[in-house]
Amino acid sequence: MRLLKNPVSRLLLVMAFSAVSVLALITLFIFKEGIPLINKVGLLTFVLGTTWAPSDGQFGILPFIIGSLWVTLGALVLGAPLGLACALFIVEFAPKWLSRLLKPAVELLAGIPSVVYGFMGVVLLAPVIRGHFGGPGMSVLAASVILGIMILPTVIGISVDALQAVPRAYKEGSIALGATRWQTVWRVMLPAARSGLVAAAILGMGRAVGETMAVIMVAGNSIQVPRSLLDPTRTLTSNIALEMGYAMGDHRAALFATGIILFVFIMLLNGSAYWAVGRQKT
Amino acid sequence: MRLPVSPRNTQAMAQALLWAAGLLTLLVLICIVGFVLKQGLPVLSAEFLTGRIQDMGKAGGIFPAIVGTFYVALVGLVIATPLGVGTAIYLTEYTQESRVTQVIRFGADCLAGVPSIIFGLFGFVFFVVTLKLGWCVLSGGLTLAFMILPTIIRTAEEAIKAVPYAYREVGFVLGGTKWQVVSRVVLPRALPGILTGIILGLGRCVSETAAVIFTAGLSVRVPVSLLDPARTMSVHFYILAREGLSMENAYGTAAALVIAILIINLAAYHLMQRFVARYS
Repeated sequence: MRLLKNPVSRLLLVMAFSAVSVLALITLFIFKEGIPLINKVGLLTFVLGTTWAPSDGQFGILPFIIGSLWVTLGALVLGAPLGLACALFIVEFAPKWLSRLLKPAVELLAGIPSVVYGFMGVVLLAPVIRGHFGGPGMSVLAASVILGIMILPTVIGISVDALQAVPRAYKEGSIALGATRWQTVWRVMLPAARSGLVAAAILGMGRAVGETMAVIMVAGNSIQVPRSLLDPTRTLTSNIALEMGYAMGDHRAALFATGIILFVFIMLLNGSAYWAVGRQKT
Repeated sequence: MRLPVSPRNTQAMAQALLWAAGLLTLLVLICIVGFVLKQGLPVLSAEFLTGRIQDMGKAGGIFPAIVGTFYVALVGLVIATPLGVGTAIYLTEYTQESRVTQVIRFGADCLAGVPSIIFGLFGFVFFVVTLKLGWCVLSGGLTLAFMILPTIIRTAEEAIKAVPYAYREVGFVLGGTKWQVVSRVVLPRALPGILTGIILGLGRCVSETAAVIFTAGLSVRVPVSLLDPARTMSVHFYILAREGLSMENAYGTAAALVIAILIINLAAYHLMQRFVARYS
């Protein structure tokens, strides 16, 4: 506390609270705009209602919630195993030159704008899906594949950290007992890094739920509960972005209320990932 | 799990699968970058890069979008950098691990997970509506500053932590005050690492769409003042591609975007390599 008498230290303390303050400000404003509508419509009607007709004052976001869950699940099914495998490859199996190439490659994958991913989905993926499987092409499947690729950097990055954090002695002990490298990975490293790997999947899921522009471009956006992987769908995020441009009054408030649901869901995911990572450290 | 094959065969199969996963990831990246460049490079010309946006983007170039991107990203960096680096200095040099640092770190981690569309909603209602700034470079830049803050905090913190403790001891032994040691010894050593974070922040600003489309606006004119509306390259590309205005110009814009991201990532990677080489 002696340090707080120092002006530099006081200034730095104020700066250090910037991130927390920004988070508080965002929470405050999103809730302030959205809560009145949730109160008016009723939380249950809002979350479980299946009719979204803003002009008639009907605000049910269940189709979007289901849409978000579908594409997120799809992204996770594709992206999480591939990401984990890629992380294992980088940490354990790749020759040095290749893992040195893969790391910046994964960072570049993270840097590519989401609109570009969406566009790739439209021009490369959707025609293939339309041609081979039928349906309109812009679909849950297309969105899942694109999101699966987009969450790779998150999943790989955190998995690599988790795997590298496994104490060397564990690995050496296993190898010394005559285990193959794969046995060491499967029975020693993966269990030891389990919490971190779970966090990687959860944070990847958070990215998929929150992704907006790519999904708008590739998911088709029709307001209906998808019945198959080939049906188009609209997610929570895409509904906000699609209608924000012209929404007024209650309609706009409803989009903020959708933002609240999204925000709460993401915070729950972040919180559980934080908890999982914390467990690995202790 | 007990498989009816020898450990050695399992090892070989697993290894083959992991190789496939690694190469597949690389292939996806090469396909995306290769496809965009193949389609877009022929469109990129001096006129395209310096031309006005004409007829909603159907004709002309992308000069206003380039200026808009640069301008909005600059505002974002100018605001986020001091806050982020200040936070990192506080966390690493001026305090011990405590409840307070836990709260600060948790806040930064949560902020990092907030989706960009939420930043867009917030920026719209806070800067554009409540503070009455309107759709402008400043609103977009401030929104982006908030969004990249966690990136800058985390990279700066790691860069500062990587500076060996001996440097600080020498500084103190020579009679330096805390701030003298931090500002003249630690920060210059950590600079390449800090810069890496700033460059990564720049990359996020350039590629972001959802957070700027509702805050910086869609103007096709070149922004001059901070209060002028602007459109960024990503937003311009989104509009071109989504409304099917001009595939050719969309590919050109995408190529410009991807090249910008390539340069930014290469710069960040290069700096980081130098930084890591120095301290390990």
